[in-house]
Amino acid sequence: MGGEVNATMLAARIRKERRSADASSFVLDVSIEVSPGITILFGASGAGKSTLLDCVAGLARPDEGQIAAGGEVLFDSARGIHVPTPKRRTAYVFQTLALFPHLSAEENVAYGLTELREEERREQVEAILKAFRVEKLGKQRPDKISGGEKQRIALARSLVTEPRVLLLDEPLTGLDAELKASIVDDLRAWNAAKGIPILYVTHSREEVDALGERVIALDNGRVASTGRPMDVLDAPRRKKLAQAAGFENLLSATVLDLREADGVMRVKLGDSACEIEVPLGYAAAGSRVRVAVRAGDILLATEPPRGLSARNVLDGRIVSLEQRGTMAMARVDCGIAFIVHITPGAVRELELTAGRRVWVVLKTHSCHLVE
Amino acid sequence: MEALWLSMRLAACVAVILLVIGTPVAYGLAFSNWRGKFLLESVVALPLVLPPTVLGFYALVAMGPRGPLGKLWIALFGHGLAFTFGGLILASVLYSLPFAVQPLIASFEGVDRKLLDASAVLGAGGLRTFCRVILPLSLPGAVTAAVLSFAHTLGEFGVVLMVGGNLAGVTRTVSIDIYDHVQSLEYGQANRMALVLLAISFVVLSVVYAVNRRVWTPWAAK
Repeated sequence: MGGEVNATMLAARIRKERRSADASSFVLDVSIEVSPGITILFGASGAGKSTLLDCVAGLARPDEGQIAAGGEVLFDSARGIHVPTPKRRTAYVFQTLALFPHLSAEENVAYGLTELREEERREQVEAILKAFRVEKLGKQRPDKISGGEKQRIALARSLVTEPRVLLLDEPLTGLDAELKASIVDDLRAWNAAKGIPILYVTHSREEVDALGERVIALDNGRVASTGRPMDVLDAPRRKKLAQAAGFENLLSATVLDLREADGVMRVKLGDSACEIEVPLGYAAAGSRVRVAVRAGDILLATEPPRGLSARNVLDGRIVSLEQRGTMAMARVDCGIAFIVHITPGAVRELELTAGRRVWVVLKTHSCHLVE
Repeated sequence: MEALWLSMRLAACVAVILLVIGTPVAYGLAFSNWRGKFLLESVVALPLVLPPTVLGFYALVAMGPRGPLGKLWIALFGHGLAFTFGGLILASVLYSLPFAVQPLIASFEGVDRKLLDASAVLGAGGLRTFCRVILPLSLPGAVTAAVLSFAHTLGEFGVVLMVGGNLAGVTRTVSIDIYDHVQSLEYGQANRMALVLLAISFVVLSVVYAVNRRVWTPWAAK
């Protein structure tokens, strides 16, 4: 960060490591600045979007970094500052909305207004319910209220507290486009007067197109790109060819289908029958892309591997095997040729020789799309 | 009937006291990540597996004139704790502790964590979140806790016999009264008392199951 940070801006530099049970670790390492208005935080499930929001709201604690909003420092690992969640004034609407089931819509909205006198509180609740067009539902409990209206009440409940920042974690999933647009219009109208930064998480491309002024694309815990939706989404995660210089395997491929919810797409390699899964690249099905893989990122197995997290396993045969100093280079033919770097120890122990049948294992995130 | 009235009074006192001390204990067990938590869990569950006579024996020793509790009590009030109504309450609270704490833990743990996050984000601290969100949503658990500790205390025998003895109007509870009648071959009177206890137990358990099946809920929509 450093330098001037606008008083209404949200600025965060966060590093947080998360270890899961299978000992694989995930690192969120981002630096973002969010100015007033809606900014979309875009990325596949598991890209770190929710972790980022949790850190801003104080529900999770970064290992390292700084977070500031509305001109106030909320977290600073160097200075040991960690403002507790209730004191942060960051509004957060969860995907599940988390409306209190035992309270009416009015009581839900009034929940965060503790410091006001009774009549002021009533006025504010009434005003915001009206701004989000749900004033008629004040006495109802959440289980009697329909989907879109629940979303409106959850927004009203968060915004009535005059937050510094609004965090929205896929709050409008499951609504049709028209309903979404009308809720977003009401949100924009409300924010025209308040001018707070709104960080809106989604993994849906459509929502980005409908909402987008600014987009921050997250990929595997890092900011892949930022900018206008067109600039970010048409070429996110694609490396320039020059950057791909260190990749021994550069394969042309045809996109078969996109799986947006998983953040991946299936591609067919060259003219072979090989199909692999690669990170979502916003290419249409049928279009041609290039996939780069480092020779050192590829695993070889002498038996069909089972129980792996890696998504791509290709059956092949070693064509040639060369010793190059402390490294062995294998050419493997799976219908398409791969160059694989392995250690001499692995060659000895697995008794790898030219002609031997092997299985090539590729992690999805080791497959990089190249422009 | 004097014995029944005494038992009812005892059970009611114990249920109220257990709600008051059981709630913070259950809160700690449900929400803390303290590593030694299992030890406290074991202590709370101990009365479930311990013979009542063992619990009663240690309670009696502690309350006796040379026990720590007994000495304290004599210093404070000028009389001993064993063989008094107060002593009975204390021993019964220990004996029924798991019956209050475990339903409370279960219902606290059943509250959606996202609601707690939502409460914190809206500016509420721990106490406010507890009073406005956790407690109202745990009402069935609290009812279960109160009812079970009441019923369990009403029917206890071994602990009462050890700690309270058999003093009419002071420590002679209904279960001891029934035992007395049987000993003196007064089966008619024993049966009357036993029937009353059976009826009360049935009603009480019906309340518990009805609340937990949500046959009615305290916050049912109008």
